[in-house]
Amino acid sequence: MSKDLSDDPTDGPTDGPIDDERRATDRRTSDRVPDEVHAERVRAAIRKEIRADERADAATTTATAEPKAVIELNDVSLAFDRPILENVSFTAREGETIAVVGESGTGKSTILKLILRLLVADKGQVCIDGRDISGLSFNEALEIRQHVGMVFQGAALFDSLTVFENVAYPLREHTDLEEDQIVERARQKLEFVDLDPDQIMTLSPAELSGGMKKRVGVARGLAANPQIMLYDEPTSGLDPLTTGTITNLIMKLQHELSVTSVVVTHDIRSAFRMASKIALLHDRHISFLGTPEEMSASEDEYIKTFLGGF
Amino acid sequence: MAILQRLNAAAKDKIFSLQEAFFLAWNAIRFIFVRPFYREDMIQQMDAIGVQSLGIVVLTGFFTGMVLALQSAVQMARFGATTYVGSLVSASMIRELGPVLAGLMVAGRVGSGIAAQLGSMRVTEQIDALNVMGTDPIKKLVTPRLVAALIMLPLLTVINDVAGMFGGSVIAKFYIKLPTSVYWGTVWDQISSGGFLFRIVPNDFVHGLFKPFVFGGIIALTACHFGLRTTGGTEGVGVATTRTVVTSSILILVVDYFITQVLLALLPR
Repeated sequence: MSKDLSDDPTDGPTDGPIDDERRATDRRTSDRVPDEVHAERVRAAIRKEIRADERADAATTTATAEPKAVIELNDVSLAFDRPILENVSFTAREGETIAVVGESGTGKSTILKLILRLLVADKGQVCIDGRDISGLSFNEALEIRQHVGMVFQGAALFDSLTVFENVAYPLREHTDLEEDQIVERARQKLEFVDLDPDQIMTLSPAELSGGMKKRVGVARGLAANPQIMLYDEPTSGLDPLTTGTITNLIMKLQHELSVTSVVVTHDIRSAFRMASKIALLHDRHISFLGTPEEMSASEDEYIKTFLGGF
Repeated sequence: MAILQRLNAAAKDKIFSLQEAFFLAWNAIRFIFVRPFYREDMIQQMDAIGVQSLGIVVLTGFFTGMVLALQSAVQMARFGATTYVGSLVSASMIRELGPVLAGLMVAGRVGSGIAAQLGSMRVTEQIDALNVMGTDPIKKLVTPRLVAALIMLPLLTVINDVAGMFGGSVIAKFYIKLPTSVYWGTVWDQISSGGFLFRIVPNDFVHGLFKPFVFGGIIALTACHFGLRTTGGTEGVGVATTRTVVTSSILILVVDYFITQVLLALLPR
């Protein structure tokens, strides 16, 4: 386009009788000089447009590259003698930590059991990696659970086994690892939870403190490198320092291993520190789902009361 | 109405419990033939159920044999038939007392232990942990205990029988003053007079070995059923233990009667 303009025969200097005409032509030509500028402007505009398009594309790409949904609860309802959960929905994306908080007896732990398919919802879907697990057979559910690590309120370590045997249990059950590889993996996981394998591996669970039991529970949950970790009251019954250690550990898992976690807890302080999102379970429903910042900024009376000035 | 509702709820609970017990039994038996086999757990349970019960079974058998010989000697002396003490002791021990006593002792010692262990595992979420880690608790916990009990109870019964007959022989020798050869001769006479299965296996042995096999199953399954159904914390563990001992003891005595009826009909002299 620029070449066409510069090659225009009217561009050169002129003189003679036709000068007026020429001048007129020149004026038109001088009008054409701004044309070139205009063309440049057009080119700039096009470039700008392209950049804008690229930005828009990039924005779209970012939107589609949002971490995949690992755990999805869609309109889940469950009742035993009385309704426990009604139309509960939330999504935990890869690497997110969802803290489920609420009063006692509101069905928080039931949500974990639904995710593990220890319970089946009366209505709605529970999806792991996009797959609805409600219709799975018992054996298929066992397979799904092999990809999920769970830390129980009381750690639930096997009394009859040593710490090492506890951590090695999922590896011995579901992998073909050699014994030395199992030992190596168990040591790694114990080190990850800040325990000294040399000191602790041969102890029995009865010889451990509450915090150590929880950490061994985390190491056991992590042994098979699960994609999902579930925690049932991980900090209950622990002193503030150990509570901090366990909370840091959960955050470390999120940041270093991108494990998707669901934490059922009463401990608001820990929930605010560790959670990407907080789900407040109230009156069988999730009455709030959002970031800790959104929760603390909420004007809802119940949320304010629940947080108790936190 | 309230009473009817309570009765209805109680009946439903019993039926549900029974259904669960049959489901447990079916799966525990089915898993004997399905991989993975928990051999180490099985051997450990054989030790716990069999080897560690040896002491009480030998003592029970020995003293039961002694008291049987003593009582029968007193009664039979009136008819001048004390020679047949060995016959009476062996018939009682092999056919009835051996299996039933071994069953009751193991129900008390092992059944309660299994119920307490599984009950504690239930209330401390260890059973849930097994489930979560992709292990079927029936396969891991119930099947090894069932297999161990099925194998060990007949063996314990044989030991109980032998201890009982030795107890009887001690009384025969030192109290009745009966020559040992006469005592053991009448023991064998009794065994051979009961008839043989396939002309080889004495019918007394069939009675004496089939019953403890069934009792082993009753003890293991009852204990696992109540243990796995434990609710209500440590108090629930106590309840599960008591129920196990009471239920399995009653079942042993009731089932013993029916097995005897069936075996007598199937294995005539």
